Amino acid sequence: MSDDKFDVIVVGAGPAGSACAYSLAKEGKSVLLLERGNTAGSKNVSGGRLYTYALELLEPGMYQRAPLQRKIVREQVMLLNKASATTIDYFNPAYGENVPNSYSVVRAELDEWFAGEVEAAGGMVACGVLVDGLIEENGKIVGIKSGEEEMRADVVVAADGVNSFMGQKAGLFPDVQAHAVGVGVKETIELPDSVISQRFGVSDDAGAARVAIGCTEGISGGAFLYTNKGSISLGIVFNPEQAGRQKRPIQEIFQDFKMHPAIQALIAGGTTIEYGAHLVPEMGYHGIQKRLYRDGMLVVGDAAQFGINTGTIIRGMDLAIVSGLAAARAILKSKSTAETGPLYMKQLEELLILANERAYKNFHNILQLPRIFGTYPNLANEVMQFLFTVDGKTPKPMFKGLLDVVKNHASFGQLAADGWKAYRNV
Amino acid sequence: MSIKRLSPEEALALDKFSVDEGTPHILIDKAICTTCTAKPCLVVCPARLYRLNDGQVSFEFAGCLECGTCRTVCQAKGITSWTYPRASFGVSFRTS
Repeated sequence: MSDDKFDVIVVGAGPAGSACAYSLAKEGKSVLLLERGNTAGSKNVSGGRLYTYALELLEPGMYQRAPLQRKIVREQVMLLNKASATTIDYFNPAYGENVPNSYSVVRAELDEWFAGEVEAAGGMVACGVLVDGLIEENGKIVGIKSGEEEMRADVVVAADGVNSFMGQKAGLFPDVQAHAVGVGVKETIELPDSVISQRFGVSDDAGAARVAIGCTEGISGGAFLYTNKGSISLGIVFNPEQAGRQKRPIQEIFQDFKMHPAIQALIAGGTTIEYGAHLVPEMGYHGIQKRLYRDGMLVVGDAAQFGINTGTIIRGMDLAIVSGLAAARAILKSKSTAETGPLYMKQLEELLILANERAYKNFHNILQLPRIFGTYPNLANEVMQFLFTVDGKTPKPMFKGLLDVVKNHASFGQLAADGWKAYRNV
Repeated sequence: MSIKRLSPEEALALDKFSVDEGTPHILIDKAICTTCTAKPCLVVCPARLYRLNDGQVSFEFAGCLECGTCRTVCQAKGITSWTYPRASFGVSFRTS
């Protein structure tokens, strides 16, 4: 049965798996890319935005043939309270020049294209195949099982996403922990391109990305909005552990957010065409699985829990692509499967994934400060209300007025404690 | 058309599902769920497929978005089995 043996089997045709399979196929390796969805991307949901450098690293110019949505030139941060919103809008057209900084993406399109690239490079892609087991011989992973079928390879790459049952079955790590992930819910809202461009002040090929806090009922988490071609992706990511301790269904909290007047102004006239949900790694550097390989197996992308969230930058797909590339390079360089794992770890360093993760390694602690998700967004909006309201009555003196607003929300002790904690973790 | 609040049922009706009739990919043990006081599944499931009827937790697998959140929050281990649906079944996202 040696004819049936592949050099590499990649489980999961998301960005990590496809990047890995593509790099290997291009170098002449026999690669089988397996995907449980009927098409690549059909089981995936993301915000989503892809930072372009990752595709450039994989192959210069590759992004130009990818089905990307709008290049993001407007970065927005929104602080909400029940009835008002304060938005910071950073417009930088340079983000759209040369190789643009980032693009909004729709995964059903992106992932299907990516898997097609693997096929064009000579790899074999099989969709509608659920991998449910691993073949282990003499302490080594030598293939996968799908129902009654067995397929063998020198190396199995687990690119099976945040729930990574492959990594668990290989004994590399335990099941996902509620505090270490976020649950994202999202609606895709159809709107004419011209309306989107007008509302967000961009041209038809450019777009806006927005993060928002103050819309999660105090639960650690935040909302996102991405402008696509002909649609807007609108969603919220919640910490499941905290969400589980309160009484309102997250789907309902998301509906409140969607109906907020400040959000309505952006999506009015649109039609929701899809509702999705997905888990995302949320712990950054500290959340990365401690063991990412064993003889015959490597773990990449969300499965490895690569992720960065600084509050303004949310990264996952780029790290997935680069980790897939790292795995491919390690496989290409190694003379035996025993070498592959250590070489993969070396590639993660060389391709700067771990350096990027380390740079923000304690940001997760800041995003755990409870007042960030309710108190401070409320405070910001009341400060604005004080600064902009004119009613003909005698105004409070400026300094006292501001002080009163602040005191209504947090004590100076709390502010100092949060400020110190933020400073210490940056 | 215009934007409106969507109930979970209305939201799920927008999605494409191929239901593996008779083969639920997630199994719960209602006896264990009855002893669980926290019941986080009732609020964290994005599809709201866990419901409480007369003190008993019921679960409907047909609208599952396959995220895995219920599994991560289930402390009492009332979820006795959680796998992805068999190949070609479950949700198929088209625009996410």
